[in-house]
Amino acid sequence: MADIKEIIAARVAKELKDGDVVNLGIGLPTMVANFLPEGVNIILQSENGMMGMGAAAEKGSEDVDIVNAGAQYVTVNPGAMFFDSATSFGIIRGGHVDATILGALEVDQHGNLSNWIVPGKMVPGMGGAMDLVVGAKKVIIAMQHTQKGAHKILKECRLPYTAIGVVDMIITEMGVMEITSEGIVLTEINEGYTIEEVQTATEAELIINPDLKQS
Amino acid sequence: MKNKIMTAAEAVADIKDGASVMVGGFMACGTPEILIDALVKKGVKNLTVICNDAGVPGRGVGKLVSSGQIKTLIASHVGLNPEVAKRMNTDIEEDKLECILVPQGTLAEQIRAGGAGLGGFLTPTGVGTIVAEGKEVINVDGRDYLLEKPLKADFALIRGSVTDQFGNTTYNGTTRTFNPMMAAAASYVIVGACEIVETGAIDPNNVVTSGIFVDAIVGGETPWQI
Repeated sequence: MADIKEIIAARVAKELKDGDVVNLGIGLPTMVANFLPEGVNIILQSENGMMGMGAAAEKGSEDVDIVNAGAQYVTVNPGAMFFDSATSFGIIRGGHVDATILGALEVDQHGNLSNWIVPGKMVPGMGGAMDLVVGAKKVIIAMQHTQKGAHKILKECRLPYTAIGVVDMIITEMGVMEITSEGIVLTEINEGYTIEEVQTATEAELIINPDLKQS
Repeated sequence: MKNKIMTAAEAVADIKDGASVMVGGFMACGTPEILIDALVKKGVKNLTVICNDAGVPGRGVGKLVSSGQIKTLIASHVGLNPEVAKRMNTDIEEDKLECILVPQGTLAEQIRAGGAGLGGFLTPTGVGTIVAEGKEVINVDGRDYLLEKPLKADFALIRGSVTDQFGNTTYNGTTRTFNPMMAAAASYVIVGACEIVETGAIDPNNVVTSGIFVDAIVGGETPWQI
């Protein structure tokens, strides 16, 4: 069986269309670029000032002036552009990014997201996350379904919000969920899991799509 | 025309205890290390530093965190420098660091507004979160926005890839970051330049920051060695 993170990243990749402008969060979301279906080419926006980001730079041929948002050396693709941070976030808030893919500490049935602070424990800062989820046309949360068994998909977020009502879709190793005005709809379930198992791993009550897909 | 080229020590001579200092760069990529080093050497205290992040220990603003010279840090992300959390939670009063976290797009726009003569701007970022606490919410055409005010500083430390003697500056790759906005938002602007050329040697099409913003130019900034 493939690595859980790879399963999630591969499924997220299917949501992207050829020509989409996409911002990938650090960690699991970065892996999505490795699983794009054939014929799907996306344009990666990097919040630190780059459109058309390429793959990681090979050791020995790094350009120290070109890094991604995780401060790793990367390359640029033909057609790329560099810009300042105000322009970068104008692009992000202005709705010019088609999709952003991020991890989460908590997501709730209203599409609220918490992923930047655990008061008293972890205070890294929000970086560009608050702007990204407010500005991107589609917000996809890519994460493991639970935190070692503890619920992450909740009725109401308990941690401070990153933003309210912004999440469109959650993709985990168990399946695919869409956030609607009625609540969280399970649209796809992964092989090896039952609806009951997914519900048990989810605090919010799931609405089961009548056309539930098995994948 | 006034000669703006000087040593790093001369350039930071007027930065006194309690000054506010903007520092360009993103995770130290685009941060003028030569100017940070001069500030560390000078040893001024109680600085308010405005930077995207806290760098990492030994690099960028991280050096000023380690040296205990910052009283207040205004940044969007400090998670990659473990010393920040340590200094935020210390019981030793003189080592204590106050950290004000601001969404990155808001921080960039606040600095832009500061240099562009704006009284602030309306952003949807942070509505309904703790970032909104104490801020005015203004509804425009059915959508809520936060009123965010401009940011200015006494000094800005900018990193130029190529700077001419007038101060016209270009930025390579992703080093541009907050540098151009900070150059306009601070009263006294110092460029740490990787290369200094004759005025007129940079094609005006490629100049990003005009020399009119620049007060001091320090050569000898070197690209980060891997």
